[in-house]
Amino acid sequence: VVESKRGHLRVFLGMAAGVGKTYAMLLEGHAAAKAGRDVVIGLLETHGREDTARLADRLPMIPRRRVKYRDTELEEMDLPAILARAPELCLIDELAHTNAPGVEHAKRFEDVEDVLEAGIDVLSTLNVQHLESLNDRIVELTGVRVRETIPDAVLGKADEVVLIDVTPNALLDRLRAGKVYPPERIESALNNFFKIENLDALREVALREVAEEVGAKRLTTPEVTGTREETLAADAPQAVGERLLALVEPYPGSQRLVRRAWRSAQRLGGELDLLWVRPPSRRLTGDEERSLSAVRELASVLGADLLIEESDDVAATVAEVAERRGTTYILMGRARPARGLARLRTPLPQELMELLPRVDVRIVADRARRAAEQP
Amino acid sequence: MSTGVVVAIVLAAVLVGIAAGYWLPPHGRRVRRERPRPVRRILLPFTGEAISRRAFEASVRLAKAEGATVMPAFLARVPMDLPPDAALPVQCEKGMPLLEAIEQRLSAQGIAVDSRVARGRSYRDALRHLLEQEHFDRIIVSVPEDSRSGLTHDDLLWLIDRVPAEIMLLRPARDDTRRISAVGVGGHF
Repeated sequence: VVESKRGHLRVFLGMAAGVGKTYAMLLEGHAAAKAGRDVVIGLLETHGREDTARLADRLPMIPRRRVKYRDTELEEMDLPAILARAPELCLIDELAHTNAPGVEHAKRFEDVEDVLEAGIDVLSTLNVQHLESLNDRIVELTGVRVRETIPDAVLGKADEVVLIDVTPNALLDRLRAGKVYPPERIESALNNFFKIENLDALREVALREVAEEVGAKRLTTPEVTGTREETLAADAPQAVGERLLALVEPYPGSQRLVRRAWRSAQRLGGELDLLWVRPPSRRLTGDEERSLSAVRELASVLGADLLIEESDDVAATVAEVAERRGTTYILMGRARPARGLARLRTPLPQELMELLPRVDVRIVADRARRAAEQP
Repeated sequence: MSTGVVVAIVLAAVLVGIAAGYWLPPHGRRVRRERPRPVRRILLPFTGEAISRRAFEASVRLAKAEGATVMPAFLARVPMDLPPDAALPVQCEKGMPLLEAIEQRLSAQGIAVDSRVARGRSYRDALRHLLEQEHFDRIIVSVPEDSRSGLTHDDLLWLIDRVPAEIMLLRPARDDTRRISAVGVGGHF
């Protein structure tokens, strides 16, 4: 058996500055040192916080190196010194940091990769808004864009992600008490990023991110071939993220279905795909073109994917797409009455339930129509 | 009667049955094809979480009188930091329930509805995109009480100047501040 020499990465994730990520990382470092491990601080940003600095005092620290960029001298983490020192565990703050030009890598997470490759375990910190995929959403939520981002895969590759969570009110109290920023920055922070609605939204994003991370890890757990207990554990229900597939057609009623599907996806914390199975010979009328264009725009605004597949066999195509996309729910509107020989066919919902026994099929009621039919 | 004739009669009866099954609608009623008539499209744009009852009722009256389709349109603003085609889930959290409420109320009164969503760097930009893509016969705009929110007075002037459609600008009534909002959504939307 060849033992992997790559170090373990544990990331302390938070919704914003000041939640206590660095502090938690240092506490963890102290616990490891107390347990007899060789622990060093590779890079620490105290941001002038006394409690943090006091806690860091008792751990050995690798001094920063000075890097000359144009006419300025900048301080950066000393990657070669860390690799030469080769501790068992290294604490490296602010994973999303962008390095000054002229050092080994452009980004700190790339430095961390080298440290892990050297077999050194790493503790690091990250704010949720630095994740690339969440950046746009967070701009929309908070109106603030952070420039330093990291690919989501970096967090995905972490062995453990620890969420450091405080309530927005507690964080604001901490900010007002001067525990996050120096006094001259408090008012500006309160008026800009640190608004209760921003923090609420960011907290939700952070909690969701960690939940999804856990779900993804469970899904990618390698196949178990061992004892009966291990096999049973592998068969245990997976905490799967929901993925909804709404079947649309180019007519105005489809938009209502899309909106309901989107609301359901929001409630379930899932993703939404839209599918139109287009008969190969079908030519769209002007109205249908407009309806399709409206559905496409709606999908785009909602962040859903519109898929168009050409086929005469609707059920088989829906089943194939559902398998491919990992769909857990199918939503469809009430079918229009069949005509001619089509009346002899098995209804689409029934066909789908037979083809996809693990997928829920939901027929969305047309409440507006029902309301219209009521006296 | 020879066997061949009998077979031919049976086959003919079967073919007639299939043809009738194809052409007749499921409940045996023959649908009368309506004469094509000019479809009138009434645009009802909105930006916030509610629209004035006055604008809504005007669209209902006109749609009933003219047999028109009402097209409620949610206008979303894309922050400059985001790409122009960015998803806007936060704004949709407010806009979609209102769109649903408007659709439900219109449908309940037997009015044809065909909703739209448009986005742009500003509400005017979103409206411009929509007007470039589609034709509308009438546009009903609820003039906001507060010109800093929604379509501004400049936007309304722009609309009157540039858009070749009948435009109704409705001021909020002093004695009637009722609004249609997402609270009115029926069901579990």
